Amino acid sequence: MLQSPVQGTVARLTVRGLLGRRRGILLAVAPALLLLMSAVAASSNGDMHELTVTILARLGLGTLVPLLGLVVGTGVIATEIDDGSIVYLLAKPLPRWRIVTTKLTVAVLTIWLFSAVPTLLGGLLMYGTKDGLAVALTLGTMVAGAAYAALFLLLGVVSRNAVVIGLAYALIWESLIGNFVEGARTLSVQQWGLAVAKAVASDGTLTAEVALGTAVPLLLVATAGAIVLASVKLAGLTLSSDD
Amino acid sequence: MAVITIDKVSRWFGNVVAVNDVSMSIGPGVTGLLGPNGAGKSTLIHLMSGFLAPSAGTVTLDGARIWRNQEVYREIGLVPERESMYDHLTGWEFVLANAELHGLIGPAGAAKRALALVDMEYAQDRPTGTYSKGMKQRVKMASALVHDPSVLLLDEPFNGMDPRQRIQLMDLLRRFGVEGRTVLFSSHILEEVEQLARHIEVVVAGRHAASGDFHRIRRLMTDRPHRYLVRSSDDRRLAAALIADASTAGIELDWKERALRVQAIDFQGFTTLLPRVAKEAGIRILTVSPADESLESVFSYLVSS
Repeated sequence: MLQSPVQGTVARLTVRGLLGRRRGILLAVAPALLLLMSAVAASSNGDMHELTVTILARLGLGTLVPLLGLVVGTGVIATEIDDGSIVYLLAKPLPRWRIVTTKLTVAVLTIWLFSAVPTLLGGLLMYGTKDGLAVALTLGTMVAGAAYAALFLLLGVVSRNAVVIGLAYALIWESLIGNFVEGARTLSVQQWGLAVAKAVASDGTLTAEVALGTAVPLLLVATAGAIVLASVKLAGLTLSSDD
Repeated sequence: MAVITIDKVSRWFGNVVAVNDVSMSIGPGVTGLLGPNGAGKSTLIHLMSGFLAPSAGTVTLDGARIWRNQEVYREIGLVPERESMYDHLTGWEFVLANAELHGLIGPAGAAKRALALVDMEYAQDRPTGTYSKGMKQRVKMASALVHDPSVLLLDEPFNGMDPRQRIQLMDLLRRFGVEGRTVLFSSHILEEVEQLARHIEVVVAGRHAASGDFHRIRRLMTDRPHRYLVRSSDDRRLAAALIADASTAGIELDWKERALRVQAIDFQGFTTLLPRVAKEAGIRILTVSPADESLESVFSYLVSS
């Protein structure tokens, strides 16, 4: 029997844990700022192309998406593992991969809501439909967001220090090392997203450090690998013993 | 009939051995897992509930391996020691979610039955975060019972309960035992186990110290050599009178403490002997205090015997 990758009850519990008790509002603050900046920029008379790329590619895709990915990707599972309530999901005859795919689906949709939607709106505000730039950046944000969600969810399963390690990756590897070491850019989710965006937009509108032929396989391998590994790790999750 | 079999199981964490070559088999009825804190009770329950892999040996339910086998949860209900349980959900939502996660047909009916079983219907619409310890324990029970499991594993279920809640939970567990379910609960309190379980398994420092009928083990515990510190008006004369009786194994005059250290073999005999001997010799007893009545010393005696 083929099973749906999303289990309704797990999804419901995850959404409530992630967005319940005003946490949803907190998550919406950064995207709202991005949208506000886009609106201000749109009414200015600067170079619209440069403003759009700076706000949506650098700030949005470069900073907002990895941070959202970190908060949401770890938030859908690491919190439950930390406080022990994951026991109630695991002590059930549920395939472990279904728990992972359900939580990942919730994470990806949440990240898209809080990053892809403001990116699309901001892009349209600043640059209209010209060169397909708004749609391209939105797609880039979506693929990067999904990959971040999967990687950070995996991190939340394997490590008790997921947030610290995730921050180190997003800030130190992607931003700092990525700016100086060329090889590091090949292994950067942000650059993979940019490669996808570049391919969608009109020629010469965007630049990316990684070729599309490299970015797409890496995106797929990273995401699928994270799902498989997280499922295996979750199946062997050990409860910490107080005594 | 559901039987959990632990076969030559050891579990170590780095250099620390938490469970050391333990073999036991838990069948229908209520079994108490007794041992002092840190003895490895939780480790054993985690091994039996599939949340810990044995470093050596096997843990099975009716022959099926438990580790990395989610199908066993159709038969097992687990009541974990930790309290966190989706605090934002109401009791009803929590138990219903558990029924749905089991894939039960008619999850609402199952949740209703489980909540009725633990008498928690009156508070089912309140968030579990507002519950007292005893209420949380009962809702955890309901979540573990929602799929009518044949095995129920409870890690220190009486912790933090008031006497009334304790009696209620004991009645419930006793009933499950009579119904033929396999019920295992851990406790470090002798009296709790005594009230509930006929069959007990004792673990001390990761080792399986004793197994079997409670009364037999209780007798072993009572019959062990007891040590007392005795002060009297004439320690030396009292010592001479006591050593003449068969219930006394050894006596030492402790000059620093100005007291006698007495080792008695026969607990019953010694408790009648001491006042009688003192009275006959005209000696006044000033203090009698047991020197090693802690549960740990009782347990360690069981291990060495």
